[in-house]
Amino acid sequence: MSNLLLDPGLVIALLLNFYILTVTSLKEVIYAVALQGALLGLLYPVAHTGFSMADRAGSLDAVTGVRLLGLTVAIVAIKGWLIPRFLLRAMRVADVRSSLTSTIGVIPPLLMGGIGTALAIVFARSLPMAEQHVSHLPIPAALATAVCGFLVLCTRREALGQVLGYIVLENGIFIFGLLLIEAVPIMVELGIVLDLFVGVFVMGIIFNHVSRAFPEASVEHLSNLKE
Amino acid sequence: MFDSLSIHSVLHVLTVLLFPPLLLGVINRTKAMFGGRRGRPLLQTYFDLAKLLRKESVFSETTTWVFRFGPVVGLATALVAAMVVPLGHASAPLAFNGDVILFAYVLSLGRFFTMTAALDTGSAFEGMGAAREATFACLAEPVLFLGLLVLSRISSSLEMNALLGDAVARGWHASAAPLLLVAVCWFVVLLVENCRIPFDDPNTHLELTMIHEVMVLDHSGPAFGMIIYGAAIKLFVFVAMIVNLVLPFRTGNSLLDWIVFLLGTLFVAVLVGTVESVMARLKMAEIPKLLIGAGVVSLFAVILLLSYP
Repeated sequence: MSNLLLDPGLVIALLLNFYILTVTSLKEVIYAVALQGALLGLLYPVAHTGFSMADRAGSLDAVTGVRLLGLTVAIVAIKGWLIPRFLLRAMRVADVRSSLTSTIGVIPPLLMGGIGTALAIVFARSLPMAEQHVSHLPIPAALATAVCGFLVLCTRREALGQVLGYIVLENGIFIFGLLLIEAVPIMVELGIVLDLFVGVFVMGIIFNHVSRAFPEASVEHLSNLKE
Repeated sequence: MFDSLSIHSVLHVLTVLLFPPLLLGVINRTKAMFGGRRGRPLLQTYFDLAKLLRKESVFSETTTWVFRFGPVVGLATALVAAMVVPLGHASAPLAFNGDVILFAYVLSLGRFFTMTAALDTGSAFEGMGAAREATFACLAEPVLFLGLLVLSRISSSLEMNALLGDAVARGWHASAAPLLLVAVCWFVVLLVENCRIPFDDPNTHLELTMIHEVMVLDHSGPAFGMIIYGAAIKLFVFVAMIVNLVLPFRTGNSLLDWIVFLLGTLFVAVLVGTVESVMARLKMAEIPKLLIGAGVVSLFAVILLLSYP
């Protein structure tokens, strides 16, 4: 059952990676990253019920259900609403250019993302999996999303673009987390999301300082900073 | 068995010969409806073809046989490609193991001769159009092939009949995601190969922005008619492939299968018209990006299919 929902969700998340790598409009990238985050948040209970059903063939008690629901709402709200809102606000306040530029062009990162995804799927086949892992897709999806996030992080010139790459990278780690739901306490999961939020927050502040010191928020200026 | 096979073959040939110009009419009618107009008649392309065939061809003195050869080869290759693709769940008249390769390269051959005919005129605009066509074709071909690779893996065959036959219906149960991706990517290929918006505007009158239309500016009369007819058949071939991919299920009644198939092609034509109505043309520099994106997605579809245990 969970396979039925989990796999298409992960495939959409992977397609969003390619979209994020291609699109140069900052707003669209923010929306795409938000969509990916919200989607993964929605996959969280799917993966959870899937694994627990595989484990003990059974019913969720009420407390777990409520906690699961609360956590899902929290993740979707933070990843899909709070962070993008914050980024859009930063974009407006700092008056950045609405398009992202890349240091090596648009097409090479896209090709590298495609090859990275292929390699991730090939590599993940050689990894041993626990029995309760009903789907083969989460590990390659996690690796591929992390690779794509890293590519965005490396290649975008603008600070906001790099923040978005960082969020995609974290989304990859979050997919890994989906596999470990049984093992990792809920607080830890929530902690990761909050860490991400703090990270974005701090980057936002740095970014505001950069844009105040320079007319445009390109990180290439940072190499010229004096101590 | 033999009888039904030959009836299907006759039906196949008749469909290929008579049906394609209707698709252009449907696309135009859809666009007209979006624009709030009545639009030209559905059968206008047939009238255009009849008119062009009655006219006289004018050939520039600077052109050689290559120029006259272009439209003929373009039409012939489109017809051969149309004979390879199965229609209406019946097997195609021309089928052998490995005809996938024939299908892809016969279309490339037609394109090659259209481009050389354009270059033969010595016009700067036509050369520019040929260069663009070559660039975009290079990027669209991997998308087509990766999609065929997915299908040949699912059907474990290299024959178009098997590739686009019942195996696809089984594939939708076992591995729907790669097939869905292939369908979307092939739709992109359909738009770029047939010079539709957002890649090229078939109605444009500005040479600088033309791709396909600029290559055939110097053709006239029956030669131009052959080009339009060939283009319609090529459009029909790609539409048929997508319909085979998306509607692989049999109804049990072979006549009903044909009707469903033809309705499917008309629906895809409406879809093309809708895309043309709601989208603007892409900037020239954006087109390779979209095509490479489609290529990466098709590559992903192949890898995804291979990853299924």
